[in-house]
Amino acid sequence: MDLANYRTSLVKFQSLIALVLLCIVLSIVSDKFLTVDNTWNVMRQISVNICISVGMTLVILIAGIDLSVGSVLALCGAITAGLLKNGIPIQSSNLYIGFTLLGAILVGLIVGSLLGLFNGWTITRFKVPPFVATLAMLTIARGLTMLWTKGFPISNLGDSFDYIGTGWFLGIPLPVWISGIVVIIAVVITKKTVLGRYIYAIGGNESASKLSGININKVKLTVYAIAGLLAAIGGILVTSRLDSAQPNAGISYELDSIAAVVIGGTSLSGGRGTIMGTVLGAVIIGVLNNGLVLMNVSPFWQQVVKGAVILLAVMIDKANSKNE
Amino acid sequence: MLVAENIGKKFSGVVALENVSMELLAGRVTAILGENGAGKSTLMKILSGVYDEYEGRIVFKGETVKFKNPIDAQNAGIAIIHQELNLVPYLSITENLFLGREITNAFGMLNRKAMRAKTTELLIKLRLNVDPDSLVADLRVGQQQVVEIAKALLCDAEMIIMDEPTSAITESEVEVLFGIIAELKSENKAIVYISHKLNELFKIADDYVVMRDGRKIENGSMAGMTQDQLIHKMVGREINIARKGEGQGQVAKKLLLSVKDVCLVKAGDKNKKTLDNISFDLYSGEVLGIFGLMGAGRTELMETLLGVHPGLMTGKISIENTELNIRSATEAINSGIVLVPEDRKKHGLVLNMDIKNNISLSNLQETKSLGVLDKGKEQKLAEKYVNALKIKCSSAGQTVKNLSGGNQQKVVLAKCLATKPKVLMLDEPTRGIDINAKNEIYKLIIELAAEGMGIIMVSSELPEILAISDRVLVMADGAIRAEMNISDATEDNILKAAIPGAI
Repeated sequence: MDLANYRTSLVKFQSLIALVLLCIVLSIVSDKFLTVDNTWNVMRQISVNICISVGMTLVILIAGIDLSVGSVLALCGAITAGLLKNGIPIQSSNLYIGFTLLGAILVGLIVGSLLGLFNGWTITRFKVPPFVATLAMLTIARGLTMLWTKGFPISNLGDSFDYIGTGWFLGIPLPVWISGIVVIIAVVITKKTVLGRYIYAIGGNESASKLSGININKVKLTVYAIAGLLAAIGGILVTSRLDSAQPNAGISYELDSIAAVVIGGTSLSGGRGTIMGTVLGAVIIGVLNNGLVLMNVSPFWQQVVKGAVILLAVMIDKANSKNE
Repeated sequence: MLVAENIGKKFSGVVALENVSMELLAGRVTAILGENGAGKSTLMKILSGVYDEYEGRIVFKGETVKFKNPIDAQNAGIAIIHQELNLVPYLSITENLFLGREITNAFGMLNRKAMRAKTTELLIKLRLNVDPDSLVADLRVGQQQVVEIAKALLCDAEMIIMDEPTSAITESEVEVLFGIIAELKSENKAIVYISHKLNELFKIADDYVVMRDGRKIENGSMAGMTQDQLIHKMVGREINIARKGEGQGQVAKKLLLSVKDVCLVKAGDKNKKTLDNISFDLYSGEVLGIFGLMGAGRTELMETLLGVHPGLMTGKISIENTELNIRSATEAINSGIVLVPEDRKKHGLVLNMDIKNNISLSNLQETKSLGVLDKGKEQKLAEKYVNALKIKCSSAGQTVKNLSGGNQQKVVLAKCLATKPKVLMLDEPTRGIDINAKNEIYKLIIELAAEGMGIIMVSSELPEILAISDRVLVMADGAIRAEMNISDATEDNILKAAIPGAI
């Protein structure tokens, strides 16, 4: 292998190399890091961020952004928890509509998709910039969460619901299964389907895609709806793991997921990036968080370190693309 | 004032200027004439410091100069006023004039009073009766142009280049501009004036320089010249492309596309028509050339036929006698109408995708099986067109960004052809590509027509219009000004019809 080839493969696998180095360092400084328990623990923790970040990747690939995922996550988690616990009381007749586990989850997922669809609608129909449209949704969904929960957590949701976030299946935590399936589906969509190709094309050159006969608006609506749906899945996972829907759940999750996407090498201007890159980004953030906790680093310093890593990742990326 | 000696410039191997020498005199207005692509703007960009790499020598006021950037040129005394004005809309006239050369006081604070006084003085001189504090955005285009001239005067420019200064202003504003030019002339400044509007040049120009294909053809005094003589000098070149054989592709003449009374209004202003009652027919196996100068509405016509401006257009478009209601490019392509757009990088290609993904882009619904993309099918489709169109590449997996202009254009063509169109529209299909690729594309167009496709080719290059069209439409000001069979078409009568207000 000549030097140029060597260089390209080094660049291609830079985040993987960074992750391996990080793990080696952490297993040296902390004997608790490289244990089976801790590994599953980390993976369970990052599964929520992976779900959200997969949606975020699709949105960023079409040169958009979705700031509303954290709030949508909270709202959908709360709705599922509320329906499961209290149903919908009908005041006039003293009756209430109860929900099965599946029904409550389904409603949560549908609400997430609809909120995403609404984002897409304001963006495509009224040409609201994605940053603004989803910033508005961030506030709206948070407000709706407060209204729905009246500001209090909804807890004690029952064992079968808790199993989703805390249970194991074939020796692997259930959230890891769920996020894994999400990742696989997303990889298939981006690599193998017409929708995936359209996503890359629109991000690469929206105007050329339009003139090539691609229905841009339909693709955008679909992508934002998927992002909403995945935020709802994240919401159900969080709620189930804590056995409680917190009105403040998911605050600043959008930033973690954007960080994962960016560290994973996806271009914020769209058209370039992969799902697996994002997964790697999410794992790096998760491992870093976990390692800093194990090393008893103060939470304040953790934030500084995380920010520095994001900056470093993008700076390296930019330096590499300049050399191209 | 300025002597240019043997100026040459190449863009990635393609010659844009070759051995151009000219003299621009103080106190005179020199008109630069030539068709689109003759090299006028390239030359002006060299003179004003936009391009710092070129062959040859420029002598300004007796000294050899080599400008590194436009600011360099400005400081030396050469200012250029571009067709698209370079003003900041939400700053005032004063702030625009002094942008980058603000007057400050001892504390580094802006000295507004001094700047406003100087601005007022300039505005009076240029007879622009507006408040120096008014925002540029509130001025009419003609007034903005005067502000640009004021900017040039502020930095004591001795040579002012004006690129199509009257393309966007009204008749009365033109008169004002000419008054200003006459005054600048009397102050012994050199004016370089580029315009398509020949009648204007007779009013204000003293000298002319005709350019063609990157060379200077002739220069002299405007006195005694006629419009016909100038047109002839602009176009009079040998046609080096094989003419389309008579009768070829005319066998099965059946009506393919019919366009009736198509109008297009401006998005912001429903009373302004960019297309005015366009009607024409296109027959199968025919190459219909559409010629027009910049701003004639050619590109808008192509976009309208592709369904890009659904809410703004009126009129009827039918294909094979069935009326269409096209509201998007998707529907146009499904009806068999495709467009190879003018700017392939902006509107034709996804540059960071590879060749095969670009070729299949309009055709992905056919390239899938069981809901999943069939990469084998896609590869085959790409290879078919790479071979058929002789796209030079290492493989169909090469990123299109790294292809030459000609090969990129062929990829766009391949994408369009992969949809099996009935009507192929080409907007400036050979812009910026080398002569060999040009000829290959001409041959391809003729072949496709012979197979029965209807082809519309928009071009501002007369030789190519004449070489491969069966029929020519000439557009100006958003309307069709002339229709001629190729046997009646000459460069002179096409150009005459294309010049706005010349008829």
